[in-house]
Order: sequence, then C-alpha cells, then structure tokens
Amino acid sequence: MLLLSLLFSPLFAAVLLGTWPGLTARRAGMLAFTLAWIPLILVAMIGFQEGASWSLPWMPDAGIHLTFLADGTSSLFLLLTTLVTLFSLAVSVKLGIGDRAYFALILAMEAMLFGVFTARHFIPWFLCWELTLIPAYLLVRLWGGTNAPRAALRFFIVTLAGGVSMLLGFLALQLTVGTMDFDALAHLAADKQLASELAQGFSAHFDGPTSLLIVALAVFLGLAVKIPIVPLHAWLPDTYAEAPTPVTILLTGLLSKMGVYGLLRVFLPIFPEIFPVLAPWLAALAVATVWLGAIAALAQTDLKRIFAYSSVNHLGYCALAVAAIATSQGDRVAVSSAISGTILQAFNHGVIACALFFVIALLESRSGGKRGLHDFGGLRAKMPMFCGLTGIALFASLGLPGLSGFIGEFLIFNGVFGLNPWSAALSLVGLLLTAVFLLRALRKVFTGPLPERFAQWGDLSLGERWLFAPLIALIVIPGIWPQVLLHFSNSDTLRLLELLRPTP
Amino acid sequence: MVEALHSHLPALLWWVPLLPLIAGGVIAFLPNRWGRFASKLALAALGVSCLISLGALACSLAPVGGKPLVASAVPWFTFGDSSVRVGLLLDPMSAGMGAMVTFVALWIFLFSVGYMDKEVRFGRFFGFLSLFCGAMLMVVYANSLLLLFLAWELVGLASYLLIGFYFEKPAAAAAAQKAFITTRVGDMAFFLGMIWLYRQTGTLLFFDEGRGLLESGALASLAGATTAGGLTVSAAASLLLLAGAMGKSGQVPLHTWLPDAMEGPTPVSALIHAATMVAAGVFLVARTHPLFAQGGETGIALTACAWIGAITALYAALSAMAQSDIKRILAYSTVSQLGFMMVALGTGGVAAAMFHLIAHAFFKALLFLSAGSVIHGCHEEQDIRNMGGLRHAMPKTFLAYAIGMMALSGFPFVFSGFWSKEAILHSAGHWPGGKGPFLLAATAALLTAFYMTRQALLVFFGKPRVPGVSHPHESPTVMIVPLYVLAAGAILLSLIGTPFWPWFEQWLHGETASFHAGALGEEGAIGLLTLSLVLVLVGVGASSVVYRNVSRDSRAPDPLSEKLGPLWRFLERAMGFDALYETILIGPLSVLADAVDALERRVLVPLMGFGESCAKRCGRITDTTDEAGLNDGFDGLCAGLQRRAQSASDTQTGRPQAYLRSIGLGMSVLFVLYLWLRA
Repeated sequence: MLLLSLLFSPLFAAVLLGTWPGLTARRAGMLAFTLAWIPLILVAMIGFQEGASWSLPWMPDAGIHLTFLADGTSSLFLLLTTLVTLFSLAVSVKLGIGDRAYFALILAMEAMLFGVFTARHFIPWFLCWELTLIPAYLLVRLWGGTNAPRAALRFFIVTLAGGVSMLLGFLALQLTVGTMDFDALAHLAADKQLASELAQGFSAHFDGPTSLLIVALAVFLGLAVKIPIVPLHAWLPDTYAEAPTPVTILLTGLLSKMGVYGLLRVFLPIFPEIFPVLAPWLAALAVATVWLGAIAALAQTDLKRIFAYSSVNHLGYCALAVAAIATSQGDRVAVSSAISGTILQAFNHGVIACALFFVIALLESRSGGKRGLHDFGGLRAKMPMFCGLTGIALFASLGLPGLSGFIGEFLIFNGVFGLNPWSAALSLVGLLLTAVFLLRALRKVFTGPLPERFAQWGDLSLGERWLFAPLIALIVIPGIWPQVLLHFSNSDTLRLLELLRPTP
Repeated sequence: MVEALHSHLPALLWWVPLLPLIAGGVIAFLPNRWGRFASKLALAALGVSCLISLGALACSLAPVGGKPLVASAVPWFTFGDSSVRVGLLLDPMSAGMGAMVTFVALWIFLFSVGYMDKEVRFGRFFGFLSLFCGAMLMVVYANSLLLLFLAWELVGLASYLLIGFYFEKPAAAAAAQKAFITTRVGDMAFFLGMIWLYRQTGTLLFFDEGRGLLESGALASLAGATTAGGLTVSAAASLLLLAGAMGKSGQVPLHTWLPDAMEGPTPVSALIHAATMVAAGVFLVARTHPLFAQGGETGIALTACAWIGAITALYAALSAMAQSDIKRILAYSTVSQLGFMMVALGTGGVAAAMFHLIAHAFFKALLFLSAGSVIHGCHEEQDIRNMGGLRHAMPKTFLAYAIGMMALSGFPFVFSGFWSKEAILHSAGHWPGGKGPFLLAATAALLTAFYMTRQALLVFFGKPRVPGVSHPHESPTVMIVPLYVLAAGAILLSLIGTPFWPWFEQWLHGETASFHAGALGEEGAIGLLTLSLVLVLVGVGASSVVYRNVSRDSRAPDPLSEKLGPLWRFLERAMGFDALYETILIGPLSVLADAVDALERRVLVPLMGFGESCAKRCGRITDTTDEAGLNDGFDGLCAGLQRRAQSASDTQTGRPQAYLRSIGLGMSVLFVLYLWLRA
C-alpha cells in the first residue's frame, strides 16, 4: 500500500496542479514543492520498514502482472529521485522558471521514475520507462533555450528508438520463453535455460547463443542510449545544454540513472549466459565512454557542456563496473565491490550533478544567461562562500577522498581491477583528466583579478545557501561514512551475487 | 605517567589528526573578522595535538622488539561479504615523524601570526593550515593504505588551497592547479598500486596481528605472485607506490610543480613544500619499505628508487645553481634533498632517510622562515640579485639563516645535516647495486654547498645593491623566536644520529641504543667522513672564490653565466622540463581534445541527424498516408454529415405556420399508419 501511495502521490499532485483553478506560476511552484515532500516521507517509511511491494494481476491470462517491489537498492534510487525532484523544483521556484504545466510535468515524471525503479515485470517497467520521455521532451522543448526544439526532438527520437529496440527484445522473450517477469527470467538464466528456450522459439533461424545475443543487444541498446554509452551519447550535450538548468538537473540526476539501474537490475541478471561474448565489447565501450567524456570535456568552453561531458565520463565508470561484472568468473569480492560501487556512484553522481548544475544556474541568473568558461573571472573575491561550495562539489566530482565521489570510484576500480585489470588501468586516465577540466573551470571562473563588471556582485543569498546546504551534507556525510548508503544496498548486492554465480 | 598514557594511547592517538581537522572545519564557518580567534583556535588545536604526539613519542622510546605499539583497526564500510577497516599505527617511525610534524608546524603557525598579520583572509589561512596538519598527521599515523591515501589526497587539497591562497594572482592559481594535477599523476599510480595490493592480499591494513600488508604472510604471497613481464606483484605494486611518492616528493620527472608552488605564502612554503608534505612521499616509501625490499637489496623497486633519487638530487642541485629567486633556490634545494632521501631508501638506509627527513624538516623550515623574514624585511623583494649586505640590517635573521644554510650544506660536526648526509652517502656507498647513485649524490652534495654559499653571499654580504631595498628592517619577535627554536633543533638533532651513538637508527629498528666508540674503525668509515668533509669545503670554497667580488650592480650578470653561456641559461630554465611538457603533453592533449570535439560535432551529431531525418521521413510517409487515406476520408465523411445537417437545419425556419403544417402532415401520416397496422 505504501508503494502504491508512493507511485500515485506525485501523479495526484500533478493532476491537482493541472486542474486547480487560477494558480499563478509562483504559487504552482510552491504547491508542487510542498507536495513533493510527500513522496520523500513515503520513501523514508519504505526505507525504515526495509522494503515494500505491491502486485496486481492485470492480464493474468497473458501472464502480465503489475508487480512493484522496493528493496534496498530500489530505495536508494527512490530516495535519489525524490531528492533530485525536490531540488529541481526548488531551483525552478528560486529562479522563477516554469508555470503550472511545467511543475505538473516534473511531478508526472517523478511518478514514472518511481515506476521504473520498482517495477519487476517488463510491461509496467517499460510503460513507466517510456512515459518519462514525454514530460522530459516537453520540459526541454517548451522551457529550453533557442535551439531547444531541435535538441529535444533529437533526444526524443534517439531514446525512443532505443526504447523500441528494447521492447522488441522483450517481445522476443515473451514469444519464446513465455514470460517477461524479471525474476522469472533471471532464474531461468541462472539455471542456464534461457538460451535453449530461446533457441527453440527461434529454431528455424538462429541457434541459442546467437538468438540470445540478438535479444541482449536489443535490450542493451535501449539502456545504453539512456546512460549514455559511446557512441550513443551524441544527443546528450545539446540536450543538457539547451534544457533549462533545473531540467538538466533532472536529466542527468535521474534519467541517466534509469540506464544504470536497468543495466544492473535487468540486464545483468537476465543475460549472464551471453556475457563471455559480450563482456570484452562492453569493457571497450565503457573505456571509450570514460575517455571520450573526459577528452571532449577538455575542449568545451560552455560550462554546461563541460559538466554534460563530465556526466558522460562519470557514468562511464558505472558502465565499466557492469562490464567487469559481466567478465566475472565467480570472484565474489570483486563482483560485490563492483556492484556496490556502481550503486554508490549512481547515487553520488546524482547528488553532485545537482550541485554542479545548480552552480551554473546561479551563474546564469547573475550574469543574465552567460555561462561560458571565459565569461567570468576572479569571482572568489566577491563570492567566497559560493566559491567554497562550488569547490566542494567539484572536488567531490573529481573523486577527492573524504567526499562522496571517492568511495564509489574506489569500489568500482577495486572490482574492475580484479576482473579486468587493463580496463581499470586505462580508465584511470579518465580520473586524471577529470581533475584537469574541473580545476580549470574552477580557476577560470573564480580566480585571477576581478573584472570591473562584477564589482557589484554579492555572495549567496540566504535562500541560495539553504539550497546548497542539503547537497553539501549529502556530499560530505557519505564521503566520511559510506556505510550510510551501503547499508541499504548490501543485501541486494548479495542476492545479485547469488544470481550471477556460475553454476558448476 | 607514561604507563597511564600508554593505556589510553589507541583512543588518544585519533585526536592527533582529528583536532586540527576539526579546527579547520570550524574555521571554515567563521567570518573573516574572526581571524584572530581562528588563529588562536588553530594554534590551540595543534598545541594539544603536539602534546599528545610528544607523549606518544615518549611511550615509544622504550624498545618493544620491532612490534608496533598501537595498531588499531575499526570497520569503516562493508560491501558484499567484505569489510574495509581502517586504523592508526604507532611505531617509532610514525612517533618520530608525528612529533616532528606537530612540533615544526607549531612554530610555523606562530611565525605565520606575525607574517600574515596584514592579510584580510588571515583566519582562512589558519583554517587551511589546520586542514593540512590534520591530513598530514593522518598520513603519518595511518595503519591502512586506504586511510593513508585518503589523507594523502586531503594533503594535496590543502596544498592546492594554500598555493592558490593569493588567488587574485593568475600565476598563483595556475601553480595551484599544476601542483594538484602533477601530483595526481603519481596519485593515480598509487591508487592502482593500492588496489592491486588489496586484490592480492585482501587487506589494506599495515599491521593486523599477523595478517597485515607489511607482515610476513602477505609479503610472502606478494613476492610469490608474478605478473606481466615476470615482475613479482610486490615489485610492480612497489613501483606504482613509488610513482605516487615521486609526485608528492617532487622527484624527476614529476617535480615541476614544486618550484612553482613557491607562489604560496612563505610559511606555506616552509611547512608544506619543504618540511612536511613533500616528505610524505619519502615517508610512504619508508613505511612500505618491507614491500620494496621483497625483491632483495638490488631488486627493481629499490634500484629504481635509488636511481630516481640520485638523478633528482643532482638535477635539482644543478638547477638551483642558476636561480635568482630566493624561494626558488630553496625549492630546488628541497627537491634535491628529497632526492637524497630517496637514494637512502633505495640503498637500504631507511634510518638514514628518516633521519635526514627530520633534520631537513628543521633546517629547511628554518631557511624558508628566514627567507620569509628577509622578504618581509625587504618589502616583498624576492630576487637575490637585488639584495646584499643584509647582515647589518637583520642580524638575528642572518644568524638563523647562517645556521640553516650550514646545516643544509652539511657543515661538519655540529650540524645535523652533516651527519644525516654522511649516513646517506654511507648507505649509498655500500650498496651492492653499483656506485652510480653514490657518485651522483656526492656531486649533488658538493653543489649544495656551492649554491647555498652563493645565496648567502648575495643576500647577506657585500653592499646593498638596489635603492628600493635600502631600508630593510628586522622582523618582530613573534617571527624571530620560531627561527631560533628551529635553529636549535637543526643543531641538537645531530646528537642522536652520529655513527658513534646511532640512537635514532637503533630506536627505529627497535633496538636499545648503545655507543659505537669504534664506529670510525669500520671499513671505509673514515674515508667517507673525510669525503663528506671535503665535499662541503670544496663547495663552499669554490663558491666563495667565484662570488668574492659580488658586484654592486644588480644588473651585472652572474660570474658563472658568462663562463657557462648557454649551459647556464639551460640550467636557469631548470633544463626545460616545463617547455618539454608543454610540447609533448599539454599541446598534443589540447589537439586531441579539439579533434574529439570535432569528431563529435562533425561526425557523430550529423550521423545521429541522419538517423533523425530518416525517422522524420518515415514520419512524413505515415503523415501523408494519414492525410490522404485516413484524414481525408474522415474529413469527407464529416463534411457529408455536415452537409446533411445543414440541410436539416434549413427546415428550422421559426415560422409557426410551417411547423403546424409539418405537424399536421406528420399526424395524418401516423394516423394512416396506425389504421393500416390495426388492419
């Protein structure tokens, strides 16, 4: 029941916002922000009672059940969703972006994300997956910059194409194996039945491994577009740059996490039989993602594009960990390290990205929309607190130990090194380059002599400080005390470990 | 009292790093106008830390037979079935190093109170210094490679913040970034080495009741496993850790950040970039020395360490000869001395390296603070060619500087630098792996005496050369007292490291100290002692001859620059490493970045645009069929309906006669129908 309330509470809020007569934009924003606390409370309750589930036989004859389950790992993603949504709403209100439709769309997207992070059957999962796209498209299209229509359309088409490919993959499973339930498929895969059952279905055309490879690739495509993994990332920089900054926060903080979540909880358990073929390619793509994100970020002069590519780079580490898990030969320590690292990295990246894009939003709001690397300089003299908080976010992003980014990266590299040492060593270059472009951004914006035109700028207002405070807490606390997050995911990590164990 | 302390040590020890860290955290929240309070808070926190670490040192004086006094481990986080633990370690090495760090830092803090007096961000400065000290002490006392790495990176952060303290100066901001990134190159290797060790042994604790990384079981498994190229894992991991140490300790080729780091305030140069932080790399190698030593005395890891150290020592000494900025000379001499320590580590003289490290911390901090006092007195002048004759205007600073300079040059008998350098040459001379490092180090020792004499002559002797610097003044007491304390340390330390009574070495090895009256009788001992003596005297003498007529004119070129010509200019540019990196790394990297960006914009995005236009074309086809087939059909149907409706509505004229007519007609039709149906 708790889970049901969670799924529907933002939807009701969205409907309320859409139909409430005579709401001004600001009131709508405040109302949305207030209502968005309800899911946070519900997620906290789910977290305290250690999980929740809800199931409804929808089309029992076709074996389609609306099954939703929130376990520890899901709870972390749900928590991230509520926090990032709240933050995005708060930033929108603060900066005066959006009207009632905008806020209703954000809340609708939140509801769909809840569905993605809890559904255990493909049909409800995919429904929610695709339905996040519509609010996202509209938010970018209607409230974005001058080139937003083009970027939004591209984003829509590319991710939709990925979605269609994933749908085809699962339809193939439904037709041959007869189920689209994630757990059922995972158990079939763990017993090494999936490939043979697929082969029977495809008998006229392909043998088992080939058919499984085709299905796995189709599903992977849909997930990879969302993360994104090179070369399917080309929609991202324009979309992130053109979207209004609070929406960019949603895109990078949450939508990219859908892909990571899908890889970890859908792809990994269902397709282990094909990993020996797939894993080296996955690793190569992940290393390419890490490298390309970092190197492309070096060449950018738009802060938003720098952080966009930085996101590509950071999520590349998640992909790297998944690739390493796929390589696994039953090394429990390495695999559990990689799984835990991926979850931590996804969570922490969401929080840190919020902070980084919030910094851009603040710069934009003060400079009248400017956000070029060379548009600023010397701001630390006028805004020491802003500089300090930005510094914390940037150093967390480059993985400074003691802040949240580090433990995730440590666990990922620890796992990856055990399973695929060369890709770990190669990816370290990404960690180094991240420091280069992030510190360069810090230097260009905040140091040097203060130009005359910034002489009147003041430091953060009280409201802006309050917006920063929770982010900084979420960056510092898990950095010092990572167990606070790992505690949630560890039992699921062990369960996933059991599913992935090679049968003798 | 020592016994009482002993039982509380494991808990108390945490407070040594935590107190300065907490002070740093608190200061971060204080406004600038609370600067005085911030400095007092930082001093108080560090003072308590210093007391505890001195207590810990006292506890560790009693030999316990090679076992660490404290080796704690507390769980930090869990993943899967594995749990990562961290803890603190107290053995003679960390006790000595920790006491040195807190003690030297305390005096540098005090000096800063005077030196940074007029600074607006006075409090912020002490916050960063506290953060640094806390992190550095964590490095020293860590019982876990992971905790050490964590603190190591925080030390890097503090260094970044302090080098860039004058952030309005673009050069300072650039130097800070360069320092962080250059050391991070080494740190990445360190990170990889750490993970490798963790994978191989399943632990990151140094000492853990026999299961630790530095205990025999793990060491044996590391030495037993081989990897690519026939290297043992212990050797490979050692080399990676060495790369990390090279970054932090400014060893060639990762040294270029250290001279630039002099953009920071002078007390920072003294504390971080001379005395403590840069020694962290040496400390790391000393700490993990059992791992390095797995390959034998001439194993690849130790050989690399010895050679890199020797090359660095000579390279930096040569570069120091041709510098004219008072702080840059000291920076290159720091690089050079760190090279000496690496030579000692590589040739098996861990005690010699640690002794030189601690002695160096005292006299180099002393030199930097004296240089700061000189700069302060000369109104922020840093070019030694513009100074001269300062011994009359600043007699106290001159005395302190002279002691530091003689200790660094290795002036015989009463200065610690003499004995520590002698121990290093001893260790290098007896190394079975060859005489190369020994010869390079000996040459570097001679050059050290040479360039330090040059600097002292130009700064303190002759007559003032530039009118602008003609009113130098002595520094206030709060800056002079720390100088004398450090000077005393630079002299007194020589008591514990002579070959006759090698107390330090024996203590470090967990033995009871004893007199070695016959130390000189050992093979080659007299020869080496004489050699050290000769090297210093030749260096000082040659420099005195070359610079005897220190010119009155600051624009007159250096006597050596005329003789050496292009070679001098090569040395002046520190052998062109910066330009080299610009050409082979930074330039190509930015070209690569632009190429990738072009690939993105010209290839990937258009490619996706192609897919997109395909999709749009499909859309248009469906659109057309929709329009032609469905919509037009539907529209036609609708239009037809509309026409019918229109004609129906035409009957609604509003005239009662017409309606009555229709009603009458209808009723008669119904009546006829009724009759017909009845029938």
